[in-house]
Amino acid sequence: MSRHLLSAADLSAAEITQILDAAEQMDAIQNREVKKLPALRGRTVVNLFFEDSTRTRSSFEIAGKWLSADVINVSAKGSSVSKGESLRDTALTVAAMGVDALVVRHATSGAVQRIAGWVGCHVINAGDGTHEHPTQALLDAFTLRRRLGDLSGRHVVIVGDLVHSRVARSNVLLLRTLGAQVTLVAPPTLMPSGVASWDCVTSWDLDLTLAGKVAGDVDAVMMLRVQRERMAGGYFATEREYAAGYGLGPARLELLPEHAPVLHPGPMNRGLEISSVAADSPRSVVLDQVRAGVAVRMAVLYHVVAGADEPADLAAAGETR
Amino acid sequence: MILLRGARPLGGPAVDLLLADGTIAEIGSRLTAPDGAETIDAGGAVLLPGLVDLHTHLREPGREDAETIATGSAAAALGGFTAVHAMANTNPVADNAEIVEQVLSLGRQAGLVDVRPVGAVSAGLAGERLAEIGGMARSAAAVRVFSDDGHCVSDARLMRRALEYLKPFDAVLAQHAQDPRLADGNACAHEGELSGRLGLPGWPGVAEESIIARDVMLARHTGSRLHVCHVSTAGSVEVIRWAKGRGVDVTAEVCPHHLLLTCELLTSYDPVYKVNPPLRPAEDVQALRAGLADGTIDAVATDHAPHAPHDKDHAFGDAAFGMLGLQTALGVVISVMVETGLLDWAGLADRMSVRPAVIGRLAGHGRPIAEGEPANLTLVDPAQRWLVRPAELASLSRNTPFAGQQLPGRVVATFLRGRPTVRDGALVRPGRPTAVPA
Repeated sequence: MSRHLLSAADLSAAEITQILDAAEQMDAIQNREVKKLPALRGRTVVNLFFEDSTRTRSSFEIAGKWLSADVINVSAKGSSVSKGESLRDTALTVAAMGVDALVVRHATSGAVQRIAGWVGCHVINAGDGTHEHPTQALLDAFTLRRRLGDLSGRHVVIVGDLVHSRVARSNVLLLRTLGAQVTLVAPPTLMPSGVASWDCVTSWDLDLTLAGKVAGDVDAVMMLRVQRERMAGGYFATEREYAAGYGLGPARLELLPEHAPVLHPGPMNRGLEISSVAADSPRSVVLDQVRAGVAVRMAVLYHVVAGADEPADLAAAGETR
Repeated sequence: MILLRGARPLGGPAVDLLLADGTIAEIGSRLTAPDGAETIDAGGAVLLPGLVDLHTHLREPGREDAETIATGSAAAALGGFTAVHAMANTNPVADNAEIVEQVLSLGRQAGLVDVRPVGAVSAGLAGERLAEIGGMARSAAAVRVFSDDGHCVSDARLMRRALEYLKPFDAVLAQHAQDPRLADGNACAHEGELSGRLGLPGWPGVAEESIIARDVMLARHTGSRLHVCHVSTAGSVEVIRWAKGRGVDVTAEVCPHHLLLTCELLTSYDPVYKVNPPLRPAEDVQALRAGLADGTIDAVATDHAPHAPHDKDHAFGDAAFGMLGLQTALGVVISVMVETGLLDWAGLADRMSVRPAVIGRLAGHGRPIAEGEPANLTLVDPAQRWLVRPAELASLSRNTPFAGQQLPGRVVATFLRGRPTVRDGALVRPGRPTAVPA
């Protein structure tokens, strides 16, 4: 595995499988009394967050701590431009403190790739602008794999604000690498430009898609968060109209085959893109995704920072009381 | 007095030229050097009328850490230019007679090129009310080009009024065509497959094209002179071609970087490729070359935009827009237009000197290479290729997108009113300020 994780496209199918397999082992420690492995003892991981985040930051923090790394959270909110410091100076300053890995979230696409070019330590992308969020795609794949088994040939439908979604971009790349089929559903205003050239099917009609009439039977549906401020940008008319066209209401939930889980990266807008009936149904794997997040990020940190290819004996070796 | 031996005007047969008293005194073969004349051997290099740039950001006053009028003038002379138009988006803005006269004066002090100030269209570039256009036009700077460049004059009524208001001065309105409602403050990449994939806020071609379409109709209505800055799309070329065909008094410019580079470079997220308007796909680049070749686009303009490193060391979306251009423009145009056969040397001279001088109403530049004409000349050796090394550029800034590229056409010498500002490819600083005829 390379020294950074910047894009889901960086990973081969074998590498993804390796991370997901390792994550299964990591996940097992959640059932232990003492949730601690010594794998990254003496290593320092900085969560460098230029954008507010609760769940991703906490997830990385817990993952690092369970691997015995020293984890420091640095909030650098507000663009470095407005503070008068260049992004390069901010990144080099933090990296100069003897850091082994930076976990970076930034509101601007490409910022994490830029930082990786400047610093000498490992860099993990925790979400850059509207570009990518590779660990989210990994945890989604982990969750899906637990429900569906091998994802090759499976059909995943992703619905919502695709223009502004880093989750969608990383998921399309990762799922396609694993051989899954992807259909993207959104109104035309929320489709990324040039989406026709992406390696997936696109549709404006959620009902036809869920009914299997666009790209065949559906094995999972992922609802994306729709920010209410998009209305001001003219992307859609009203919440009511959006929910009617693209929300996962009770009727649409019934269109799904019984085995198909409902995913959402959170935070959910209940009543807008997802109804409470759907969010709280047995099909919903939203909390499984959150739990998977910790295990997957442990696996990613371990692979990137420790550079290990074979974590097989890790769980046993980490048995500490 | 200088005797220039063996130069090939517009790539034609080699001749000798005697430069005296700021003019071309004599042209012939095997001229005898008069007493006191210095001889320069051109060695068969191509002689062009001194290049004229309609679009340069010299950053002074306000951002002297990025460029000054003196350093920008040096870059211009080394790039083969004898005149540059300095854009109005300085701090303070060049929206009154005092600022444009200061820019003029600093240009004369540098003494390397004629620095022609551009005046703002609207006060403070705010797009709300007219700047003191009359005052600037009547000042010692005699401003003839007005532009809010960096901002579009997007309000249709202000645009109409400005076009009308300019008419008594025979001035031109140089529009930065960009509908701010279609390409907002976040837009930073050509809207297309690539921007969608990279997650960069898109900048559709139609944001430029729709403003040009509106403006050519306004110019037709008012009978005014309109110039379109840095045309970047095939659609824009089409609209301008249509308007010219119907007699609208419109001219247009294209930047060297839009003639060579494509938006594919943005995959690196390196802000050295961030420019306004953005780099476009190859189809647009081809259409721009064709438009420049057939004359639909009148001029090459550099949009030389120096930026300090700390304004570029950001994420792509947060970094400043703009690229250096003065020292690389000629090489790029030779590479994409002359070496490809799209333009001959006369055509290059027309697009980089003759027409820009006419658009800017700049007497003494862009003139034929003939006896009695002002000796504003550029000597370029097309056979000499040179490597672009950012650290060696004369600009205070380093943001060239051509770093590491081999470009054809080394500028051997530049003459401003007969005096060499560049000789053997190196700058010749003036001993005293040159007198510029008003």
